[in-house]
Amino acid sequence: MALLLPESGLLFWMLISFGIVVFILTKFGFPVIIKMVESRKTYIDESLLIAKQTYEQMAVVKAQGETIVDNARKEQVKIMNEAAQMRDQLVKDAKEKAGIEAAKLVEEARKQILIEKEDAIRDIRRQVAELSVDIAEKVIRGQLDKKDEQMGMINRLLDEINISKS
Amino acid sequence: MNRLHKILLFVLLAVLIPVAGAYANEPEQKKEEQKEKQLDVRAFILEHVSDSYVWHITKVGEHEISIPLPVILYSKISGWHVFLSSVFHESPSYEGFSIPEEGKYKGKIVEKNAADEEIRPFDISITKNVFALLFSSILMIVCIMYVARSYKKNPLQSKSGFAGVMEMFIMNINDDVIKPCIGKGYEKYAPYLLTVFFFVFTNNILGLIPIFPGGANVTGNIAITLVLAVITFLIVNIGGSKEYWKEIFWPDVPLWLKVPPMLPIIELVGIFTKPFALMIRLFANILAGHSIVLGLTCLVFVTVKLGVGMNASMTGVSIFFSVFIGFVELLVAYIQAYIFTMLSAVFIGLARVEPHHKH
Repeated sequence: MALLLPESGLLFWMLISFGIVVFILTKFGFPVIIKMVESRKTYIDESLLIAKQTYEQMAVVKAQGETIVDNARKEQVKIMNEAAQMRDQLVKDAKEKAGIEAAKLVEEARKQILIEKEDAIRDIRRQVAELSVDIAEKVIRGQLDKKDEQMGMINRLLDEINISKS
Repeated sequence: MNRLHKILLFVLLAVLIPVAGAYANEPEQKKEEQKEKQLDVRAFILEHVSDSYVWHITKVGEHEISIPLPVILYSKISGWHVFLSSVFHESPSYEGFSIPEEGKYKGKIVEKNAADEEIRPFDISITKNVFALLFSSILMIVCIMYVARSYKKNPLQSKSGFAGVMEMFIMNINDDVIKPCIGKGYEKYAPYLLTVFFFVFTNNILGLIPIFPGGANVTGNIAITLVLAVITFLIVNIGGSKEYWKEIFWPDVPLWLKVPPMLPIIELVGIFTKPFALMIRLFANILAGHSIVLGLTCLVFVTVKLGVGMNASMTGVSIFFSVFIGFVELLVAYIQAYIFTMLSAVFIGLARVEPHHKH
């Protein structure tokens, strides 16, 4: 039965020591530990969340980068095509122009040649005429050494003029 | 598994072989002699589980080895007295105080008043239990503050070693016992409940260690569990919500149950039986644990008179069961601390009920 009766001395010391233990541990012990563990937990949770978000953002950025690269590649192909076209065009234009120019030159050369040719012909004609006149003079002079022949000549010429006049 | 079988077989053989040989040459002489020396098991156990002014360690021959503890007394007749309990070794009385062997105050320090009656002075001696209590309190504060300090130093580092184990332990009790049992607003009560848990647990474990400074029956003493239960009672009822008191004095039942205040009386009694159950449960469990271990140890000495063979085999039985009960007690040490904390948390949670939503 003595076991069931609390001793006053033990009660006294229990109240004091347990009171001190409760005071110290509820003020400086457990709240600190719980707070720290919980703050660490939230820190880890947040870090994980941030990591996840970062990962997602990275995926987005990566996708964006890929589309940019894709677009750039397309653009490149387009520009290359355009450049090729332009080059062809330029070459074509240049060829056309050169052709026209050449034609022009040829035409001018031809004209020049024609002019030169006419000149030459004219010159030849004149020379031929002069030569023929000279030859004719000489021939005529030779034929007109005799008086009657002269007279006959004059008559024939006169006749001819008359014929041509009538 | 194989090893366990071997151990069991060994124990069984150790028990049975001496039994077989026991009756062959049972010594008839000395029987009378031994009867006189027979151990009073009941007194032995009671002496060990109750409080004492000295910390008895062992007995070498006729010489007692014990640690004397300070006695602090206040007598209405002669005022304050402080002395070491070893003075009673030399003479049975000192400064008018003595420890009676018989009677109402057996084993307690008493003094004689004018009418020559034994009366108890106001006794706040550092007894065995008080010493163990102070030791465990200091141990607890050192351990928890060490962990708390290591958290203050490196808050975000994950702990290893002692702090890591304590963190696991603390957070297990916090998250799996206190949080679900109290519910919303548990943070206010968690430090106290954790303190109670570790207080009960530390003292239970120290009580299982048979050598100084362990082995005292602290949590198996009703004064200790009484204080714990009273503090829990106060916390439960001071933190009680309006709904809690309404459910006690004016519960939601037919009028005839509460006009002659039948249900309110039952509920009111319930307020006191809850902490009372807490007090008795812890006290009885730990006391019983200590008693069983002591009883099993006594088996060795009680069976001496039955002869060498019987004694040897019963020694084997005693050791086997002591080891077994030792493991059980280790479990009980945890379970009782766990249950005390959990029930306290449940009572606090019940006292913080919110009004039911009525449709």
